[in-house]
Amino acid sequence: MSKLDSRTPEGPLKDKWTTYKDKINLVNPANKRLIDVIVVGTGLAGGSASATLAELGYNVKAFCFQDSPRRAHSIAAQGGVNAAKNYQGDGDSTYRLFYDTVKGGDYRSREANVHRLAEVSVNIIDQCVAQGVPFARDYGGLLDNRSFGGVLVSRTFYAKGQTGQQLLLGAYSAMNRQIGRGKIKMYNRHEMLDVVIVDGKARGIIARNLVTGEIERHSAHAVVLGTGGYGNAFYLSTYAMGSNVTAAWKAHKRGAFFANPCYTQIHPTCIPVSGDHQSKLTLMSESLRNDGRIWVPKHKKDVEAIREGKLKPTNLAEEDRDYYLERRYPAFGNLVPRDVASRAAKERCDAGYGVNKTGEAVYLDFADAIKRYGKEQAHVKGLDEDDSALINKLGKEIIKAKYGNLFQMYEKIVDQNPYETPMMIYPAVHYTMGGVWVDYNLMTTVPGLYCIGEANFSDHGANRLGASALMQGLADGYFVLPYTIGDYLSDDIRTGPISVDSQEFDEAENNVKDRLDKLINNNGKYSVDHFHKRLGKIMWNKCGMSRNEKDLKEAIEEIAALREEFWKDVKVPGTANEFNEELAKAGRVADFLELGELFAKDALQREESCGGHFREEHQTPEGEAKRRKEFQYVSAWEYKGEPKDAVLHKEELVYENIEVKERSYK
Amino acid sequence: MSGIFNSSIGRKFAMALSAFFLMIFLVMHVSINFTSVFSEELFNKMSHFMGTNPLVQGVMQPILIFGVVFHFIMGFILEFKNKASRSVRYSKNSPSGNSTWMSRNMLLSGVVILAFLALHFYDFWVHEMTVKYIDGDMSGLMDPNNADSGFRYYEELREKFVSPLRVSIYTVSFVLLAMHLLHGFNSAFQSLGANNKYTKSLKGFGKVYSIGIPAVFIFIALYHHFTH
Amino acid sequence: MKLTLKIWRQKDAKDRGKIVDYQLDDISPDMSFLEMLDVLNQQLIDKDQDPIAFDHDCREGICGMCSMYINGRAHGPDREITVCQLHMRSFSDGDTIYIEPWRAKAFPVIKDLVVDRSAFDRIQQAGGFISVNTSGNTQDANNILISKHAADTAMDAATCIGCGACVASCKNSSAMLFVGAKVSQYALLPQGQVEAADRVMNMVKQMDEEGFGNCTNTGACEVECPKGISLENIARMNREYLKANLKG
Repeated sequence: MSKLDSRTPEGPLKDKWTTYKDKINLVNPANKRLIDVIVVGTGLAGGSASATLAELGYNVKAFCFQDSPRRAHSIAAQGGVNAAKNYQGDGDSTYRLFYDTVKGGDYRSREANVHRLAEVSVNIIDQCVAQGVPFARDYGGLLDNRSFGGVLVSRTFYAKGQTGQQLLLGAYSAMNRQIGRGKIKMYNRHEMLDVVIVDGKARGIIARNLVTGEIERHSAHAVVLGTGGYGNAFYLSTYAMGSNVTAAWKAHKRGAFFANPCYTQIHPTCIPVSGDHQSKLTLMSESLRNDGRIWVPKHKKDVEAIREGKLKPTNLAEEDRDYYLERRYPAFGNLVPRDVASRAAKERCDAGYGVNKTGEAVYLDFADAIKRYGKEQAHVKGLDEDDSALINKLGKEIIKAKYGNLFQMYEKIVDQNPYETPMMIYPAVHYTMGGVWVDYNLMTTVPGLYCIGEANFSDHGANRLGASALMQGLADGYFVLPYTIGDYLSDDIRTGPISVDSQEFDEAENNVKDRLDKLINNNGKYSVDHFHKRLGKIMWNKCGMSRNEKDLKEAIEEIAALREEFWKDVKVPGTANEFNEELAKAGRVADFLELGELFAKDALQREESCGGHFREEHQTPEGEAKRRKEFQYVSAWEYKGEPKDAVLHKEELVYENIEVKERSYK
Repeated sequence: MSGIFNSSIGRKFAMALSAFFLMIFLVMHVSINFTSVFSEELFNKMSHFMGTNPLVQGVMQPILIFGVVFHFIMGFILEFKNKASRSVRYSKNSPSGNSTWMSRNMLLSGVVILAFLALHFYDFWVHEMTVKYIDGDMSGLMDPNNADSGFRYYEELREKFVSPLRVSIYTVSFVLLAMHLLHGFNSAFQSLGANNKYTKSLKGFGKVYSIGIPAVFIFIALYHHFTH
Repeated sequence: MKLTLKIWRQKDAKDRGKIVDYQLDDISPDMSFLEMLDVLNQQLIDKDQDPIAFDHDCREGICGMCSMYINGRAHGPDREITVCQLHMRSFSDGDTIYIEPWRAKAFPVIKDLVVDRSAFDRIQQAGGFISVNTSGNTQDANNILISKHAADTAMDAATCIGCGACVASCKNSSAMLFVGAKVSQYALLPQGQVEAADRVMNMVKQMDEEGFGNCTNTGACEVECPKGISLENIARMNREYLKANLKG
């Protein structure tokens, strides 16, 4: 336990970060040139960190498995980025953003980290605008905002439904500037396969060139992981196909504690699964809940008629519909946080009210919004407000302007026109709040090994609010890590270049090669996907939106058995010395098979319900999550060989600036 | 500014500028030719002026020839470079789904027009040059020794359009010129960066121009052929 | 659905490569095109054959990774989508489908349908940025007023996903839509003005050095662009380039 020092600075909450920055050690510009930093991952966190570290003067080596840093999965974030700018004058403040985030995270995040996040959030917007990110503007030329689930203010900045793309391209442009200056050496199509620890400090990585298959050694004075979340353990998720836990898991195996693995966000508004062939789930932005109303039929007979295609949802009378979010949570209605909305959808579908063939879908209906906007427009333009055809047309135009690309995406996938019939949605795995444990400096339990963005555990507690992932990624990369890492690196100014010809590098490289050889030469019966799909089924059925002791115990057994089977029976075609996607996938799935077990183990020990983690044994009579005071800690797992042997360390969470209350959205 | 014409965009500018020059020339050419339909006298007068005015002959004619040659050579260079930028072809390609035949075959229509120009030069220009600068007859008269014999231009024009073969070649060539212009007209504006609120009306005008000018040329040829 | 697939197979950059035929049964019209290829790859693995390599990642049309020339069209027959958004319902039972990689000298094939698009990265590195330090100590975001129209038009240009369909479908393998979009985004915003001249000069120079062809305004790129990026952006780049040259 002694290892788990969060290194949170003393002093009043609102001054911690400022005071901390005033007192840390800095590296002078001439010495920064002598220091190398490896950044793995080029999403919002990794990309912004690479750019900033390079700009400060460090020599950065950046790695991504995609063909370009611009393709990291941050690009797929749709809705927006939060910042406590209070441009709308609706009562927002740093404290309120801090408060909303801690409350939204169900009081399972570290106060000081979250407050720092809220403080620097405003810089993100300034920075991105200066970089040329085309945020939405109002007619006066000022920045526009929208509101997101779980909050009572409008603080979300957005660029159409492609905010993640625009922010990432901003970070990518900052990286490009440094690549052009030679301060970042970019390694595309490279996958990190191990961290190298020399004298107890992270000093490099082993990476595989995915084009040639070559195993490469790279050394540095510090290693930063910005490698995203591990939701693909569920096989079906909104993650990119290549998103993986490998980098984080290798770090874990080298001594970095893994925190709260069971905290997974299941996003309420995704396109439902259509069949067994499905490889990926598609998210429809949460912003849709600003205007869409979620419902299922009130009566079972209507459900059946709809499933059989005898009844159109548009023909179902208003009084026969159950707008269950508005019914259960009148204060927040359709804008309750994601975990609450997801569980409510599951509750209705489990009760037999799901509206598609598989029984796993609810409606997201825009008919009212179309009418409302249509009337507004007719009024503004001085047209007839009672002409329903006109209202309909005008309303659709507004909806199209706001969500056009999402509606088009939906139609392409489902082959139904969401302007005419309500969308069908169902929850899907979307984000992992858990991740590598880090202290206030974003350093893991391995000195010199840092972890930023979704890959770490720090800011979102047990549930993340919408538009906060982009905020955290950029905050970590642009404004937090570049300071905190300097404090560590100030000890390294006389170290000189790190050699790759050491025993530690030999050992790590051999380790990687052995494993690849084993996968290639295994010659089993089943493909990698076969195992990945089976893992996904176990995860979804037993570690998904609601969990219980029995299921979790079974999951632990089943995943361990599946892992054994994988190593016995997996078949990887081709060789290790070529472009071989199956081999890359095999390595990632092997790691998911270990993580999955730890995930279930963590969920089992957390005998409470909080945020995305819902234990059936711990709920109120109305079916709401029941938190327990004795679990007000971060569970950080130490690797000891097999996942089942992992040792739990607890970081107690102390709330001095916020009252821990029942999280109510009623 | 130096080196601009070595860049891809610079070459586009060069293509567009020479195209504009040629398009303006076409307007002039068709206007003068058209007078032959209603006034032999006017046509002769204008032809004589164009054929003997030192400014036209000494300055504008060389520029025109340079423009034509430049436009062709640049076109070939571009085509050659563009072909080289894709070393392996597609096994199956369906470009008709994304672009017009005209836009993809500017070289083909260009080569036909080039062949036509060769004939045209042989028909008129070589003849003119021989009469004027080799034989030294600058009078423009049918009989240089007889001042009353009248200008020869109109008669020579009528003469050329007797042959149905020549008229057919003219017609086909001008159809291809129309296709060349249908893409080229707007393309030239786009290359020079003109894409704004006038683009739509310009496109309309481009169509009228591209079909209208060659149509008038064809009309003149047919008119003289059938009224002879 | 039953399908005949004619797919480009090429072991590595040095291999000559050829079209190979595959038969596929039991394809559901609800599958995405890439899921159909997943099925084929699964069968190839089961038969101990090398699966087809293709680039893909987000599978929701935004990362720009997927890149296939399907039946003679970039990203297949539908408009304004990427391959991963193309569904098999766009084809009919018994169809023969050609699948080839992007073809351009500047995009060499790595394996099968995977090409190297790092030329795009290098063009961006030559000037596709605003030189502002990432300190966060810039002026307040609302101090820069930007008209809604300019912001929206810049956003339309910025929406490019860098997939390379414009190059693949252009008969000249020209990258002008890609470069034009980036130049336009910054040219439309006040923040981009300071470096506007250098930016367009450097990016165009790099584009030419990469071996892309010259634009002849066929408009194929605009039609095939999965994000519907307009030719207007090329015109704007041309203007910017002319302006930059005239300035000297």
